[in-house]
Amino acid sequence: MTATLVSTQVQTSEGRTPSKSGARRAWAWSWPKLLAIAIVLAIWQIIYWSGWRPSYVFPSPLETFAELGEMIRTGRFWSALGTTLSRAAIGFGAALVVGTAIGILVARLTPLRLAVGSLITGLQTMPSIAWFPFAILIFGLNEQAILFVVILGAAPSIANGVISGIDHVPPAYSRLGRVLGAGPVSMYRDIVLPAALPTYVSGLTQGWAFAWRSLMAGELLVIIAEKPSLGAQLEFARQFSQASTLLATMIVILVVGMLVDALFSYASRSLRRSRGLETT
Amino acid sequence: MSTAVETEHSWALSAENLTKEFGEGSQRTIALDGVTLRVRPGEFVTVVGTSGCGKSTLLNVFAGLDDPTAGVVTRGAKPALMFQDATLLPWLTARRNVELALKLTGVGKSERRSRAQELLAAVRLEGWEDKKPHELSGGMRQRVALARCLAQNTSIILMDEPLGALDAMTRDHLHDEIESIVRDRGLTVVFVTHNMREAVRLADRVVLMGSGRILHEQEVGLSRPRAMDSADVAERAHDLTARLKAGGTVLRGVDS
Repeated sequence: MTATLVSTQVQTSEGRTPSKSGARRAWAWSWPKLLAIAIVLAIWQIIYWSGWRPSYVFPSPLETFAELGEMIRTGRFWSALGTTLSRAAIGFGAALVVGTAIGILVARLTPLRLAVGSLITGLQTMPSIAWFPFAILIFGLNEQAILFVVILGAAPSIANGVISGIDHVPPAYSRLGRVLGAGPVSMYRDIVLPAALPTYVSGLTQGWAFAWRSLMAGELLVIIAEKPSLGAQLEFARQFSQASTLLATMIVILVVGMLVDALFSYASRSLRRSRGLETT
Repeated sequence: MSTAVETEHSWALSAENLTKEFGEGSQRTIALDGVTLRVRPGEFVTVVGTSGCGKSTLLNVFAGLDDPTAGVVTRGAKPALMFQDATLLPWLTARRNVELALKLTGVGKSERRSRAQELLAAVRLEGWEDKKPHELSGGMRQRVALARCLAQNTSIILMDEPLGALDAMTRDHLHDEIESIVRDRGLTVVFVTHNMREAVRLADRVVLMGSGRILHEQEVGLSRPRAMDSADVAERAHDLTARLKAGGTVLRGVDS
């Protein structure tokens, strides 16, 4: 009888614990973020109430979110978002190919590393907006100019991620590869590159941040007729003094950037967890 | 040096007057200083010495990971090497770690899975094939490493203190398993350790090293099975420890 009672209690406890702890975890994860958003909105509202700037220059959070609600119901917004996201995908995709190839070559070939290793870091620190005058001169005010700068913005970070990942592969893995009889190709394919993957993903995360910044700079400078984009929307809102549209667009840009960054962070954490490098 | 060894002509492994130096000028260190060691096919040799005595360097030279500065190494087959910390690839499951060794040995894709399964069963890891290294205990990881060595389909296995980090009970189990696998497959083993009882427990012959030289070699001659805590193993280990100390080195932390 006692045994049955104990068993029932354990089952009840086990049945409840996961959902309870799941809700608790979700709350533990979300409350600091919600609090931060609440604080930002409160400060924004206080500044608005202070009358520091007229409302047509500095709208309230309510006006801005009302505008955002209106904006996302228009086809023009989704067309602008689509253009910007497709540019980001194409630019980042090209940067991924270029950065990865350069990274592998530089990590593998010592003379190439001596020649361009520090140049890659130099390019990474160079503000991508500084490339635009040159890009516009070369390509004109068109898509190529934007993509050129997005690639230049993101590829060095990706290449550095590859180089750093390969440099930090534990020497024991290379020794293992040699003992197992791996040739140069299988050493890279089966051991070095998979071992470098977590650092590579960190490089991709950083590359994405640079690509997104470069793209926004590009869309502000290179406005193509009949091709709405988030950057162009920002510029037009400024020109027509539509402050609430401007802030609403900025919120969209921030949210898109954060969502993609969260995807990379999730991929990075999953990767590390699958290798036992992270427990939570 | 044992005369029995010198009358053999066909060695599984041999090092003749081996020297290995690292660094140059004032930084130069001599890791191996005229080492001659010959291992018979099917023989289990343990090499014992303090840290820095050159035993791991000798193993690396045997494995082909380091080239000797002088001297000649001959190998009857390409050896497999079992590392101190297992060195399993953390992104691969236990089975895929073994499959990688099979792949690099030239085993076709269709055969790899079943062969890996068999090898993991041989080291008593049925049911753990799909676990990643971090999901396995230290002893299990070393079992996977042993299966990976067997996957290389070689007759020579070099072991670099593979059980040094394990608890006593797991280590005893692995001693039994290594001994049985080595005997059943007729493998030649060079096993490096700093634990004299372990050396006596496993070996046909114990080689004592100090300051890059071989100080003493001795056939163990005890009947098998042996146990780490048996009186004859303890006595032999005690004698060998005394010899090692007399050879000019002090063996720290030795379990004798």
